[in-house]
Amino acid sequence: MFDFSAIDLARVQFAFTVSFHIIFPAITIGLASYLAVLEGLWLYTRKPIYMTLCRFWMKIFAVNFAMGVVSGIVMAYQFGTNWSQFSNFAGAITGPLLSYEVMTAFFLEAGFLGVMLFGWKKVGERLHFASTILVAIGTLISMTWILASNSWMQTPQGYDIVDGRVVPVDWFKIIFNPSFPYRLAHMGLAAFLATALLVGASGAWHILKGTHVAVSKKMLSMAMWMLLIIAPMQVLVGDQHGLNTLEHQPIKVAAMEGHWHNSKPGEGVPLVLFGWPNMQQERNDFAIEIPHGASLILTHSMDGTIAPLTSVAPEDRPYVPIVFFSFRIMVALGMLMIVLAVSALILRKKGKIYEKKWFLKFCVAMGPAGLIAMLTGWFVTEAGRQPWVVYGLQRTVDANSPHTVNAMTLSLLSFVVIYICVFGIGVRYMLSLIKKGPAENYSDEKDDDLNKRPSRPLSAADGVEI
Amino acid sequence: MHFDLPTIWALVIGFGLMMYVFLDGFDLGIGLLFPFIKGKQDRDIMVNSVAPVWDGNETWLVLGGAGLLAAFPMAYSVILSALYGPILLMLFGLILRGVAFEFRFKATESHRPMWDKLFFAGSLMATFAQGVAMGAVIVGFQVKNGEFAGGGLDWLSPFSIFTGFSLLFAYGLLGTTWLVVKTEHDLQKKMRRLIKPLTLLLGLCMLGISFYTPLINDRVRDLWFNWSNIIYLVPLPVYTALFAFLLIGSAHSKEDGRPFIFALCMLFMGYLGLCVSLWPNIIPPGISIYEAAAPESSLMFTLVGVIFIVPVILLYTFWSYRVFRGKVLDTEGYH
Ligand code: HDD
Ligand code: HEM
Ligand code: HEM
Repeated sequence: MFDFSAIDLARVQFAFTVSFHIIFPAITIGLASYLAVLEGLWLYTRKPIYMTLCRFWMKIFAVNFAMGVVSGIVMAYQFGTNWSQFSNFAGAITGPLLSYEVMTAFFLEAGFLGVMLFGWKKVGERLHFASTILVAIGTLISMTWILASNSWMQTPQGYDIVDGRVVPVDWFKIIFNPSFPYRLAHMGLAAFLATALLVGASGAWHILKGTHVAVSKKMLSMAMWMLLIIAPMQVLVGDQHGLNTLEHQPIKVAAMEGHWHNSKPGEGVPLVLFGWPNMQQERNDFAIEIPHGASLILTHSMDGTIAPLTSVAPEDRPYVPIVFFSFRIMVALGMLMIVLAVSALILRKKGKIYEKKWFLKFCVAMGPAGLIAMLTGWFVTEAGRQPWVVYGLQRTVDANSPHTVNAMTLSLLSFVVIYICVFGIGVRYMLSLIKKGPAENYSDEKDDDLNKRPSRPLSAADGVEI
Repeated sequence: MHFDLPTIWALVIGFGLMMYVFLDGFDLGIGLLFPFIKGKQDRDIMVNSVAPVWDGNETWLVLGGAGLLAAFPMAYSVILSALYGPILLMLFGLILRGVAFEFRFKATESHRPMWDKLFFAGSLMATFAQGVAMGAVIVGFQVKNGEFAGGGLDWLSPFSIFTGFSLLFAYGLLGTTWLVVKTEHDLQKKMRRLIKPLTLLLGLCMLGISFYTPLINDRVRDLWFNWSNIIYLVPLPVYTALFAFLLIGSAHSKEDGRPFIFALCMLFMGYLGLCVSLWPNIIPPGISIYEAAAPESSLMFTLVGVIFIVPVILLYTFWSYRVFRGKVLDTEGYH
């Protein structure tokens, strides 16, 4: 029935495991900074509500972090197990970048994570706060290195090819390759957006239920301010990112736009709102278009043109539908986020932000939107890069390890089963922790009291129903 | 001045791997000891004794992988694709035990036994797989044109199964002695009693490996049974035996830290022996570190980071161990 080759299976396996992985880092990155802010606010104002929130989200952070780490270790080894020709070819560049990520980021996170999670009573307040900040900084450094590596694969420069292998020549050029700044900004904002939407949805959910109302209002309010600032920024950065991609990977942009043929002079490139890209016939079926739309967005003139898909041979084109649809989902969700943030602002002005049922439900519904936009964004980037692994240098079909179809099938099935069981349960634990809400309002005395009690039934109290 | 960069890098990776074996060794070992300890409270103490540090311990494994990719890309791609089976088993094991740390405290009482079992199972899978991988590396791989050219099950041999079991004893011993440091009363007594049998078993395994390795590898035989080398090499087995004796002798010592230190020393000797046997090959039996090395620009660039950053890492790792020093009390809850 299905006729997958070993390389198809390796691609599915990579896409599956990295898509799972990236969900956890995104929340780790966002939550770590949020926790640092909460702890700072607590130290500054001494209002218990901040500590209550901080302790609450830290529990969720811990579960999420564990899943991020174990799914990440899989990624670091997968380059060798499944993409040995890629590692052999480009390891001289991706290896050092990954090594720097380990040395400057992973160790920093891991070294201070213990103190952050378990050190409340073991170190002073300031030292604890410093640990939280260092963990947050670690997550941001981690993002920087891995995106430098991925961006280099998209827009390689600063290398030579000697004996069929990449040799680094200029590390500055390698790290600050053309697409890196855009990708870094776009992904960083995506992580913060995903987290803000999650926090906002949790707050809105509790307000709707009438549970933990005071803290939940705080969560919702903080999340909506965050959204208001960064959602519009994300659209601007995304637009610039697209222009950069047009310069370096024009065929990817053509796939995002569903742009097949050169336009007639003066006609410009239409913006395809919807359609079904038809790879065989080289056109979009059922297309609804806005004339000159894409010209305006991409070239800032009515009849500017961009290279169409047919300007390269069929085997040099990516699989258009994935790129085309993922791009639309991402952009639509980005617009919805702005709608949400603006409604929040209007309701806030009217003093009704915590009352309007439709708005609270909208917040809950948008909870996963950040993660979905982020995943579809990555599908655009990665699928749009095809058929190359390292753009213009190595094709995906030349990148894999010499495994049999049977070995690849078995390993893919094991990954799917284990990931769905383990991470499925983990996500349910996270959701039920959120549903349960903060255990009680924080106060210094009570906390000391709890610690002095000889057998603190903490683990039992922490247990959640799923 | 000329630096022998591949050699420096081999030492760096050797150091990273050693840190991994030592640190994650005791932490995996604790999972391996779960079946011997039934009580819920004791199990909580065991897990709490490593909860703040396990992530850092595992990061040395990631450094090993990333460092290998950076410095010896060819070795990384050949070894990892040749070891597909054991690596996957190891990853699945690490996933299970990594999440079990968190989940067993977040789960309801009814779910907890399941996570305890998975914690043990994950530790077992990861340790055994690492042992098998070690055995397979000693035996060596077929390489053609810088690519793995053997079959999908080449890693499987009676010897690699044997090394798989050997590593169980090694990590179990590290876990036991670590718990002597971190616990008191009954649990500690139980751990003290385990030291002697585990040391003897590990000693036997090390002996087995030492006799078998020269048989399968001519180069190793020439190295170890050449009179001019013996002077340098004899200390290795002698010290190993010495530390084993000291370890058994210290099992009931009042100095709780001693057994752990001696266990580390004993393993270090074994590790050194292995390194000496394999040197200067990175993909046994025939590919040396020089053939597999990355271009100089990669080696140099990353080495700068190693020299400046790794000492800092060691400092704050040491600091965080100090923050959590002393006995783990059952009154200390998880966060
Ligand atoms: C440092 C490298 C790197 C990074 C950070 C990412 N990827 Fe990637 N991606 C690859 C390196 C790569 C790769 C090794 O180069 C793959 C494997 C096969 C291929 O062609 O590219 C790939 C393929 C690949 C595919 C399959 C595309 C296809 O075969 O058509 C998807 C869907 C993703 N990735 C998704 C992601 C997501 C969700 C990421 C978010 C973390 C991500 N990638 C980050
Ligand atoms: C596909 C390439 C990737 C590889 C090989 C990879 C590798 C890893 C590894 C090995 C870990 C575990 C580190 C530890 O032991 O603490 C990890 C965690 C992490 N990764 Fe990735 N990663 C990839 C993609 C990404 C991307 C694209 C981002 C960010 C934008 C990212 C951000 C993080 C962060 C913040 C962590 C910290 C732990 C956590 O997630 O909770 N990773 N990654
Ligand atoms: C609404 C306006 C948006 C525009 C115009 C836009 C534009 C783009 C473009 C052109 C790319 C592909 C870049 C390339 O591969 O070279 C991209 C990728 C991506 N997008 Fe968006 N985006 C928007 C909104 C969002 C939102 C709301 C999120 C998530 C919350 C998001 C997350 C991502 C991610 C994670 C990637 C992949 C990483 C990268 O290449 O930067 N985007 N975006």
